[in-house]
Amino acid sequence: MNPTISRHWRSFKWAAWLGWQIESNWTRPSLFAIYSVIKPIASAFILVLMYVAFAFIGKIDDPALFNFVYVGNAFFIFVGNTLFGTFQVIQQDREWYQTLRYTYISPISYYTYIVGRATTKVVVAAFAVLITLGFGVGFLQIRLVLALGDLPLFVAAFLLGILTLVGIGVCLAALSFLTARHVHGLAEGIPGLFYLFCGILFPLSILPQWAQFVGRALPLTYWFEITRRLVLPPEYQIDTGIVGDPLTMLGLLAVSAAAFFVLSIGMFRWMEYLARKAGKLDMTTSY
Amino acid sequence: MALAVQTKGLTRVFDAKRKFLRRRKPENGEPAGPVTALDGVDLEIRDGELFGLLGPNGAGKTTLIKILCTLLLPTSGEAFVAGYDVTKDPFPIRTKINMVSGGETSGYGLLTTRENIWMFSQFYGVPSKVAKPKIDELLHTFGLWDKRDSKVRVLSSGQRQKMNMIRGFVTDPDILFLDEPTLGLDVNASRVIREYVMNWVRGQKGKTVLLTTHYMMEADDMCDRLAIINNGRILAVDTPGNLKRRLKKDTTFRLEVDPLKDTSPLKGIAGVKNFSETSDGGGSVLKLTFILEEESAVSDIMSEVVRQGSKIHYLHKSEPTLEDVFISMVGRSLE
Ligand SMILES: Nc1ncnc2c1ncn2[C@@H]1O[C@H](COP(=O)(O)OP(=O)(O)OP(=O)(O)O)[C@@H](O)[C@H]1O
Ligand SMILES: [Mg+2]
Repeated sequence: MNPTISRHWRSFKWAAWLGWQIESNWTRPSLFAIYSVIKPIASAFILVLMYVAFAFIGKIDDPALFNFVYVGNAFFIFVGNTLFGTFQVIQQDREWYQTLRYTYISPISYYTYIVGRATTKVVVAAFAVLITLGFGVGFLQIRLVLALGDLPLFVAAFLLGILTLVGIGVCLAALSFLTARHVHGLAEGIPGLFYLFCGILFPLSILPQWAQFVGRALPLTYWFEITRRLVLPPEYQIDTGIVGDPLTMLGLLAVSAAAFFVLSIGMFRWMEYLARKAGKLDMTTSY
Repeated sequence: MALAVQTKGLTRVFDAKRKFLRRRKPENGEPAGPVTALDGVDLEIRDGELFGLLGPNGAGKTTLIKILCTLLLPTSGEAFVAGYDVTKDPFPIRTKINMVSGGETSGYGLLTTRENIWMFSQFYGVPSKVAKPKIDELLHTFGLWDKRDSKVRVLSSGQRQKMNMIRGFVTDPDILFLDEPTLGLDVNASRVIREYVMNWVRGQKGKTVLLTTHYMMEADDMCDRLAIINNGRILAVDTPGNLKRRLKKDTTFRLEVDPLKDTSPLKGIAGVKNFSETSDGGGSVLKLTFILEEESAVSDIMSEVVRQGSKIHYLHKSEPTLEDVFISMVGRSLE
């Protein structure tokens, strides 16, 4: 194998392996399995409660809307997990495990290492998303359809959405080379922003004009739009205020994924340089 | 002979302004301004050498190792490891080095000892056929075999340190940096590590070790050559034998006296090259070690002690040790 490729491959492979051990190894396998099922179902119940409350107060009782919200929230599990999981890698290694200096001076690509660790988070999130959706279909009258012909589009949108998230996550991780506290806030705030503006909880069309504008500028909006159009049955489609055919949206997603990828590499290199210069690569903060 | 490590005017200044940065060993009365951790260090370590770096706390030893390991950039000057510039070419350096720092307990608590070491060996691309038997061998050597399948979170700090030593050796680096490798280890474990390091360097070609230590005995017994470093400056580089020979003309006296009000007059006595003081027994005894150019200075020292109303409990003349070399250069003892 070409040495550069082999370096990236081993960085990715062992980081993903490590990430998986960290995710799954904290308890007995049986407990881990139960936890992995219970946690998403518990979150689903919160949604149900929210919906019941809305239905009660606002007299909204629209199965299409519930489907919209439920599917959006299920897929949103990817957003928080991927962003936070990616961002946390540096801080965990540096301050909990104190291994960052040893990993950093080893002949891997630390960038690829972060991506590898993040991949585990995506896999764990995928499991939670599937459980949530399955629970919805089984017990909450959620209806999902995904035509075989739509699968490539669905997968492409998924991959580009995840890539965008990992890109943003690496940017945050890179910032945490220099400071831990402020980035922590960002990593919690950004998913919240997406939750509000990307049409997760309610359609973009009910937001004020300026907020709709923000929503349209955020790439994740299109990922969620494509996903819902593909998986929700026609009678449950609601007008989200986003027009355009899926392929155009996919193109937008591709552009954003590429942009964040480039940005993340630039940020990573720059922050790594600054940290090496300031002597902060292996700092321990009191935070 | 090729050089494993070379530095030219290597300087590192730390900005002290950042408040959230917790320093290693914060001392009261530390200057608020920038700290010069390394100050124009010129050093050459040859291929195949076991090289020691001896200096008190804060001398700049760890800083130097961090720069050589590509963890930290120099403020000015140059450093080359295996012929590559640490600033411009960190990557090829990383394939040839490894580093172990004592007294810290890094490791993934959820992995077993063996998994931890294994993972790091895979970061270096060590083939499994090589890594597996080697890890087992090292686990036996360092007395960690019993703990091979224990989760790292249950290991004692000494056991974690041994695990980290294994992590350092398993990748078979050409240049190994050991920052106080025996810190906090019991006598037996320290001996095992010392012997292993010496055999590792001397038993094969092309292996270099840069070791920092506070233990004179360790430096004296193990190292081919030593650099004495203080306040970021290299004061001397030589073999332990030659360093001691520098003091051959001098005499060492050790005294134990009642605590003195003021030790500064001792410095001014003619014939006193340097001295160190440590208090012992909860401050009831003051131990003084003098390096004397002229033995006759002893009488002046004694009169000064008596003048301050103190009693002499013990007086002994001895052969210069490495410790005395250190005291004569740095003006304080390491212990
Ligand atoms: N990240 C940092 N930020 C600010 N100052 C630092 C930093 N790292 C080291 N220093 C300062 O640089 C000086 C040298 O520190 P260094 O850790 O290299 O000493 P050392 O010789 O390894 O000491 P010890 O024997 O205690 O390990 C010290 O004064 C220390 O306070
Ligand atoms: Mg140190």
